[in-house]
Amino acid sequence: MTTVDLSASSVRELNARLHALPADTNETAWRIAEPKGAHAVAAGLTVPVSVEIDGHVGYYCGGMNRAADLTINGHCGTGVAENMMSGSVRVRGNASQCAGASGHGGLLAIEGDAGPRCGISMKGVDIVVGGSVGHMSAFMAQSGTLAVCGDAGEDLGDSIYEATIYVGGKTGRLGADCIEKEMTPEHLARLSALLERAGIEADISGFRRFGSARRLYHFRVDNADAYS
Amino acid sequence: MCGIVGLFLKNPALREGLGARFATMLAGMADRGPDSAGLAVFHDPVPESECKLTLFAPDPNHDWESLGSAVAAAFSSTPRIDVRSNHAVLRVAGPAGRVVDWLAANRPDIRVMGYGRLIEVFKDKGLPGDITERFGVGGMGGTHAIGHTRMATESAVTTEHSHPFIAADDVCLVHNGSLSNHNRLRLRLQRRGLRFESDNDTEVAARYFAHRLNEGASLKEAMEAGLDDLDGFYTFAVGTADGFAVLRDAFACKPAVLAETDDWVAMASEFRSLADLPGVDKATIWEPEPSIVYTWSHEGGS
Repeated sequence: MTTVDLSASSVRELNARLHALPADTNETAWRIAEPKGAHAVAAGLTVPVSVEIDGHVGYYCGGMNRAADLTINGHCGTGVAENMMSGSVRVRGNASQCAGASGHGGLLAIEGDAGPRCGISMKGVDIVVGGSVGHMSAFMAQSGTLAVCGDAGEDLGDSIYEATIYVGGKTGRLGADCIEKEMTPEHLARLSALLERAGIEADISGFRRFGSARRLYHFRVDNADAYS
Repeated sequence: MCGIVGLFLKNPALREGLGARFATMLAGMADRGPDSAGLAVFHDPVPESECKLTLFAPDPNHDWESLGSAVAAAFSSTPRIDVRSNHAVLRVAGPAGRVVDWLAANRPDIRVMGYGRLIEVFKDKGLPGDITERFGVGGMGGTHAIGHTRMATESAVTTEHSHPFIAADDVCLVHNGSLSNHNRLRLRLQRRGLRFESDNDTEVAARYFAHRLNEGASLKEAMEAGLDDLDGFYTFAVGTADGFAVLRDAFACKPAVLAETDDWVAMASEFRSLADLPGVDKATIWEPEPSIVYTWSHEGGS
């Protein structure tokens, strides 16, 4: 276990050490102490190491993550795991706005609540939130899955392309072109597997599924005159 | 960008150290606002028959003694003057309003930063750590304080354009964000006779809340009315004689973190400013919901 104390080392020094690790590194377990809300902690990792962060972090923690597994024993500021490619990021506390924004792959598990715009423009990432999400979550979501065990705020899935949203609690007004869809046994099985992968327990019997009505982004011949 | 912070002490035993705690919080927001910084501290009340005003003179060698003599002659009461860098806190008999009016008419070179029975407001250009040191904030006690570090977007980098903005006796406001309808709202308020000191958008919000309070609204009601009348992005923190309030706009793109223990409530744009508060590891920490007014007062409750 390699421990880095951010009250003694800068984030820049920490990230430089993590970025310099070769893919076959033996230093596979890292612990980061005293983050005190610092930004960009463990962002841009590209190798399969596990990093545990003891405390609250600022913006873009684990941003662009590839292959690494991060655990944050605290709350996160804006954009945790933003543009994640693969690997996993687990947040033991709450996450602020834009959690998992534009993520291409991997798993983001938030045990507490997430703020507004969770999963905005997600492109394949799987996001599981044990609590609730704020307004405009999964805005312009293109691919991947957002599973929310609690409630979802207003305008869920606004302008959604192709992505799957599951919500266990209440939803506010749905966003433009986002509709409720049938929860088939196949979807229940997928949700169950996702929650298990995320290590978040929930009774899935009350979950509902949401997705795109596909009215907004497909060309409709009825509108042809508008373009002539 | 900008950063805002607020600290409200519930436990009287901590009040002696308010300034030192608060200076650390404000310094934590230096990256978000390196242009100017300011703060309002609520402490050291004057008797009910008196008021205090925080004044700013751009000239660092300003002759505060002669101002004191002129105030003494005008109000038949000798003021006590406590000079801190280019600011001075003036304590004088009677209500603050008449001194504010007298200064506007007779001493246009002097700017009134704040007035009331408790509030003292200090603001200047530069980094927050330098500013709190310049004004000796670390040595101040008190019940609560709010502050701001500014990265200017809407108007010039000057002391006058720095936050907090005073709204009324012992009421002031700090703002992270930008308002888009401030010119129209300023005109509306000017038609009702309100006077403005700058072209800054936040001053409009401060005067707006003061106007609502003058009409008889509670702080909570005044801020809830702002949800309809103020257009733009904002996280506001308001300090009053016995309380503290936080409000985010419906879109909530400007950050805010609240933390509370049995001893204190603190608000900051980012957790970085809360990280060194005593007992923060045991605090309840959450992000204020959009369009919800959060208030705390020394009379209890939220």
